[in-house]
Amino acid sequence: MNVLAGCIDCDIHPTLPGLRALSPYLPMSWQETFAVRGMHELVPNLYPPAAPLTVRPDWQPQEGPPAQLQQIRDHVLDHFETRLAICNCLYGMQLLFSEDMAAAIARAMNQWMARELLDREPRLRASIVVPMQNTEMAVEEIERWAPDHRFVQVLVLAMGDMPLGRRAYWPIYAAAERHGLPIGIHAGSNYHNPTTPTGWPSYHSEDYVNQAQGFQTQLGSLVYEGVFQRFPALRVVLIESGFTWLPSCLWRMTKFWRGLRTEVPWVDRSPAEMVRAHVRLTLQPLDGPPEPAQFERFWDHMGSDELLLFSTDYPHWQFDGDAPLPPDLPATLARKIMVDNPLATYPRLQEVLP
Amino acid sequence: MNQLMPPQLRVDRSGKSRLAIADCDLHPTPNSPADLRPYLDARWWQHLQTFGALRRHGCLTGSAYPKGSPGANRRDADPPEGGKPGGSLAFMQSQHLDPNNVRLGILNMISPHPGGVQNPGLSAAMCTAINDWQVAEWTSRDSRLRASVMVPYEQPMDAAAEIDRRAGDANFAQVLLLSRTAEPLGQRRYWPIYEAATRAGLPIGVHAFGYGGAPLTSGGWPSFYIEEMFGHACCCQSVVTSMIVEGVFQRFPTLRVLLVESGFAWVPSLAWRLDANWKTIKQENPGLTRLPSEVMRQNFWFTTQPMEEPENPVHLLDIMDWIGWDRLMFATDYPHWDYDDPETCMPVKLTTAQRAALFHDNAWRFFQAG
Repeated sequence: MNVLAGCIDCDIHPTLPGLRALSPYLPMSWQETFAVRGMHELVPNLYPPAAPLTVRPDWQPQEGPPAQLQQIRDHVLDHFETRLAICNCLYGMQLLFSEDMAAAIARAMNQWMARELLDREPRLRASIVVPMQNTEMAVEEIERWAPDHRFVQVLVLAMGDMPLGRRAYWPIYAAAERHGLPIGIHAGSNYHNPTTPTGWPSYHSEDYVNQAQGFQTQLGSLVYEGVFQRFPALRVVLIESGFTWLPSCLWRMTKFWRGLRTEVPWVDRSPAEMVRAHVRLTLQPLDGPPEPAQFERFWDHMGSDELLLFSTDYPHWQFDGDAPLPPDLPATLARKIMVDNPLATYPRLQEVLP
Repeated sequence: MNQLMPPQLRVDRSGKSRLAIADCDLHPTPNSPADLRPYLDARWWQHLQTFGALRRHGCLTGSAYPKGSPGANRRDADPPEGGKPGGSLAFMQSQHLDPNNVRLGILNMISPHPGGVQNPGLSAAMCTAINDWQVAEWTSRDSRLRASVMVPYEQPMDAAAEIDRRAGDANFAQVLLLSRTAEPLGQRRYWPIYEAATRAGLPIGVHAFGYGGAPLTSGGWPSFYIEEMFGHACCCQSVVTSMIVEGVFQRFPTLRVLLVESGFAWVPSLAWRLDANWKTIKQENPGLTRLPSEVMRQNFWFTTQPMEEPENPVHLLDIMDWIGWDRLMFATDYPHWDYDDPETCMPVKLTTAQRAALFHDNAWRFFQAG
């Protein structure tokens, strides 16, 4: 029996096969610009196409890009008997410095997502990608797609120009809250700042491990700046973040709040309590302990069974075979992670769409 | 010299006995720059008077993240004779070392550590001066105290020369770096420091703080001092990651690294995360042979302060079990505001063996004090 049957997969990555795939969705002026300037690709550094993490070997097609619609059906939706899966398209739009170009590509990416994936496969949902280079343009993009309820969240990267709690971004959170869209913060960087607070590392694997530190400081920024006081209905989902760093992060965040809360007087509740109320994390990559007994203790450290959302992170190579769940996961917790928590986090997933 | 002595009891005025402790993070400070003048070449003294010490941030004086209290100090740590908290040996003795029965205290001069000063000659000269000052004013006057070798860490060849100069000098217990360097500490440009430390048989202490030029978070500059404080542990996670992934311990397998003032509850999850990425790490850097968690278990130690405070204090014991009771070393951070009091900081009762290891024996062994 397939224990995953009926699961809601909160993080899969369809591959956008190059800028050319966006042509039908770009105004002629931008198509010409890309041609004149010789722009074909914008693949982010975090996922080199041939690196082991990027595509699991048995999910790598003989030719052509991985994670196209039919492969998503074969490897994920049909294989795991997935009820719904949320598509997070990772492409280099966020890397650009031009606000206008980023906005044009973001809009085309969302159109591509709607036409090429959502229209063709009813089990798919998606995140709205937004040009964080310009808050007004990001809000505009949210407003454009919010009426389409197949879009269930707003997608941003874990490492950007400014910490995400900064007030310049608040109109984005106002729009997301208004439309019942969680903010999904996905692993990744726009590479405008070094990927560690001590400068640029030498290896991809360091970049990847350091995502966890990026997520921790983003939580600090959201909490200490008062985002959840100002937007009490806002939900944030940390995606491809790992999660075993969370308890110690909350203990530290709360301890410093007790010592320094006069600097941020609007933070009127314990940060641990606030994060457990507003923030969720996806399951893969599993950064858990080697011993099941340790895992058992660790679940207690999490302090809540509502925090995790099931994900495969397809096609990234995070697990082998059919085993995305942690070992010896209690059945009740498995059910919460696979179904109940995603439904509670993404209200739009509960809607029956025409 | 290297023999372990049984911890000594001390009876205080109330008749309560106190176990001797080792404090791995004490912060002495000059009361004014003029205190260092006798140890500094006249040329550099003049330079400091004219230009100050240029660092990778904008403040000649003050801080863009103003602290929560003056100098981030305890409000009760002003020496009665005047001067700064941490500026008086006599007051450090009467307020902290004597009543808490501190048998071994490690001095970490970070206010500020001149290793991040951009002028290379000034950085090296200030480090040498502070090292001389630590011996003259502190360690030669109290046998419980041992100093850290300040090094101009952004010029690793000069840093190595300073380590060589202090090698074999029992006044010094470790080499002191800050966590926020210009590049991640695992990178090869810093390896001459590790080579010299290995040669001298000294461990490397990496104290949280500093300004290396990169924003305090990988997502840019945050708004608040509380975020700077919260971010230190994250930064230290990047330091450990860099040193392991870039192969420092493959090249220097006996090098011992002590993380100071970054807490410790994050250590198990970082080890798990690194191991989960071993496949990619190994493919990128095939020279590595040991699993990251093994390296962490063999080459890293951690001071306890600022100790994380779980809602359920038993969780802290789980974390200590997972890290290993031989890896954790008590520190107070005296005289700073987030001082951990040896009497009250542990939220759970430890066994006698655990208490001895954490509060005394591990540090005694680590620093080979005697």
